[in-house]
Amino acid sequence: MSRVNDFVIKIATVNGTGSASANTLLMKSIFRSGIPVMGKNYFPSNIQGLPTWYEIRVSKAGYVARSGQVDLMVCMNAETYARDIREVATGGYLIYDSTWPRPALLRREDVTVLGVPLARMCNENFKGVRTRILMKNICYAGVLAALLDLDVAKIRELLAETYAKKPALVDANMQAIELGYNYAKEHFDCPLPLRVTPMDQTADHIMIDGNTAAALGCIYAGATVAAWYPITPSTSLMDAFKSFADKTRIDPETGAANFAFIQAEDELAAIGMVLGANWNGARAFTATSGPGVSLMSEFLGLAYYAEVPAVLFDVQRVGPSTGMPTRTQQCDLLAAAYASHGDTKHVCLYPANPEECFYMAAQAFDLAERLQTPVMVMLDLDIGMNDWMCRDLVWDDAYQPDRGKVLDKEALSKIEKFHRYVDKDEDGITYRTFPGVDPKGAYFTRGSGHTQFGTYTEDSAEYQLVLDRLTRKFATAKRLLPKPVLQGDGKARAAIVSLGSCDGAIREALDVLDNRGIHLDYLRVRAFPFSEEVEQFLAAHELVYVVEQNRDAQFRSLLTLETRIDKARLRSLLHYSGLPVSSAFIVDGVLADLAEGQRAVSGVLS
Amino acid sequence: MTFIPKPKIAHPSLPRNELGLTRRDYEGSLSTLCAGCGHDSITAAITEACWGISIRPENLVKLSGIGCSSKTTAYFVNGGHGFNSVHGRMPSIAMGANAANRNLHYIGISGDGDSLSIGLGQFCHAIRRNVNMLYIIENNGVYGLTKGQFSASADVGTKAKKGEVNQQPPIDPVLLAMNLGAGFVARSFSGDKAQLVPLIQAGLNYPGFALIDVLSPCVTFNDHEGSTKSYAYTREHYEPIVEADFVPKQREIVTDYAAGEAITVTLHDGNRVNLRKLASDYDPTEARAAYDYVQQHIEKGEYLTGLLHCRATSDNEFHVANRTPLQALNALPYAKLSPGSGQLRRLLARYR
Repeated sequence: MSRVNDFVIKIATVNGTGSASANTLLMKSIFRSGIPVMGKNYFPSNIQGLPTWYEIRVSKAGYVARSGQVDLMVCMNAETYARDIREVATGGYLIYDSTWPRPALLRREDVTVLGVPLARMCNENFKGVRTRILMKNICYAGVLAALLDLDVAKIRELLAETYAKKPALVDANMQAIELGYNYAKEHFDCPLPLRVTPMDQTADHIMIDGNTAAALGCIYAGATVAAWYPITPSTSLMDAFKSFADKTRIDPETGAANFAFIQAEDELAAIGMVLGANWNGARAFTATSGPGVSLMSEFLGLAYYAEVPAVLFDVQRVGPSTGMPTRTQQCDLLAAAYASHGDTKHVCLYPANPEECFYMAAQAFDLAERLQTPVMVMLDLDIGMNDWMCRDLVWDDAYQPDRGKVLDKEALSKIEKFHRYVDKDEDGITYRTFPGVDPKGAYFTRGSGHTQFGTYTEDSAEYQLVLDRLTRKFATAKRLLPKPVLQGDGKARAAIVSLGSCDGAIREALDVLDNRGIHLDYLRVRAFPFSEEVEQFLAAHELVYVVEQNRDAQFRSLLTLETRIDKARLRSLLHYSGLPVSSAFIVDGVLADLAEGQRAVSGVLS
Repeated sequence: MTFIPKPKIAHPSLPRNELGLTRRDYEGSLSTLCAGCGHDSITAAITEACWGISIRPENLVKLSGIGCSSKTTAYFVNGGHGFNSVHGRMPSIAMGANAANRNLHYIGISGDGDSLSIGLGQFCHAIRRNVNMLYIIENNGVYGLTKGQFSASADVGTKAKKGEVNQQPPIDPVLLAMNLGAGFVARSFSGDKAQLVPLIQAGLNYPGFALIDVLSPCVTFNDHEGSTKSYAYTREHYEPIVEADFVPKQREIVTDYAAGEAITVTLHDGNRVNLRKLASDYDPTEARAAYDYVQQHIEKGEYLTGLLHCRATSDNEFHVANRTPLQALNALPYAKLSPGSGQLRRLLARYR
């Protein structure tokens, strides 16, 4: 079987050694050759000295998820050598630094082992400890360039762009590339059967991470206040916003910054600032992760009940508690949907990739203001921090923010009296006003029991009137939220339902299963509360696999709580190792379940 | 039902301010606090202060947390928006609101429980961030709504209604604020309206974080013998040390102070605060000296009151430090905020 443009490289290094630049260089050079590629970073919650891996999947078919196997392993970390060699697929390759002897007990007969004296070559050619360590990484990129037939001109071009301001570094890096390249050419049979050949599949595409894309979405939505408390893996979203704002929001004439960027003392304050700013008419947002959502819960309940817009990006990481901060999961689904005590419920959006992060980020502000409630955009570490190949982001210059139902001075002048929570339009959404406009628009915002006129109450009927209207508002929300995405004709008897970053792995798994004669429909849910389309899809299938990345089947719980589905028809495929789910996991899960149950539906599946 | 609207009838002979508004226009709903509560006197002082300097009611934003004190934002200036947030978190709401629109007056009303226990962190960080707001702590040393537990401002040795004696040292908001660099720090007493009104006026106009800690006895749970926050004890131990007058820039200063006693602090917008020292060895413009002086008197069991510290400039005010435009962020047109599709293509170049 040809492995041209269809294989997986994994690089094991030590964090803090500068391997990220070498890995990005490799991935980008493949991308620039027009070949679909995926890059995933498995890094420790640590600054320096712990094992870290980078996985590059070259996929001519355009699959963006982990396949579940490794064809070529680059072992730069002696500490993880034993587990790294075990991971290589039969018939695969392993490259190691042969400067030092390799323990014989770690041999594998079914793997081709290639030794390159990387440290020795770099010690002989470069001066300074730090430079030698950095160049050792660039050097393995050179080895791979020869073995995989990468375009060296593309590598030089990328280096020239990276070091545009330090041309001397381009030459030094190219020297390291050539050291590796020439050594491989001289000693090995290049290229390997695993190799690349140029394609034209990446035009109009970019390689971008979801945090960056979401930050751009906030810029284009017109967000002006960003408040946050640093937490992995959401921090880079705020960093990106600041960086884009510094580039695009400084008034050329006055030098004024048309945004406020506030590092709060904790997550409680961060969400408080977001509420204060939105309440006062600015578009404001925060980004956090699971522990932050826990801390923000009290304020989220206030925002739900007092009907204050807010946008929150939850870049989910592994829980419970501190969990594994640099690993990915979809484990805040329930915590986000029902954050806070009392009868509360929140609008959640589930982007599947960075492209969707961009558009959903902008849409989240429109929805938050239209619905006057918090909107949580549920990324995860895999989407947020890994570079994904996705279609070019485009912006429609005709866009105008939807500020929702806001009464300005003129509108206030036309009414006799303003009442904050009276349902004039019978859609559950009431009118609001901003401070500083007109004393007629003044009202009192409170988390305590209130009447539809905004006044304090302990009266049962008046309290329930407002609470029931909020239920109607969420019924309206279902109609406004992004629709789910259906793949298939909807007529198969079995199906997959999922959300977020599982998408890539599922799409590949569906193709694999299809080739085996198993045809499944697939619905990707993009928002909570669930729309009628979700109800209908579930009702139309006898067996539904719920694919998600947590232990407790949180998405399945949400579906059983919030739809009419008989929960016996929902079967869970749960991936919660902390690594992104692979297509193999889903294929294996479906096949095992079908075999085990010898399901009645198997007739239609074949 | 505890919401009682006040009838809106103004007698034609009521005096009017520069906006043509009467004091009635600065009132709120009827208070539901206990009869005789110090907080109601503070509410009256705020009403008087806002009327006196002709603040547009819609330009006053009233913020609070949870507790008896936090309820009072409903009892003044009905024409201004109010936000009664969650316990101890008012400063973050104030920060966000202020970030969105720098051109309004922000008044935060909090209590000793709300600011010195559950909200101590947010209180401190609002000062560090120098949010332009007037922050009033209605300080009575107890939790009222939960019936009389000690708060973090209770003095060592003070007695609870049921006889329990407090052992833990108090947190003093005035010393804390000075320590954190606040440029306007005052203490007053709910029973001294003449002192309180000009302090509120000056605090509302101070271009940065302004704190007034107002001793405000709780008639129900902390007004007994043995309490150091009772009316009787406070009247006996409070000592005005510096009197302040707020003078809007368009008005002339008329003083009858003896030479050497008065200091005029001119704020950036031309408004002035006149300070009249009642002790010759005290300099309220010098933070460190003021801190030591106040602390020495606390050790002697005396509550010094007045504008204890005031700096003319407040250079690191949040918006100044962040170089935001003079126009409110919430008023910037979208065209100024969107970089446009062409710029998006340029921004994305490095991701290709």
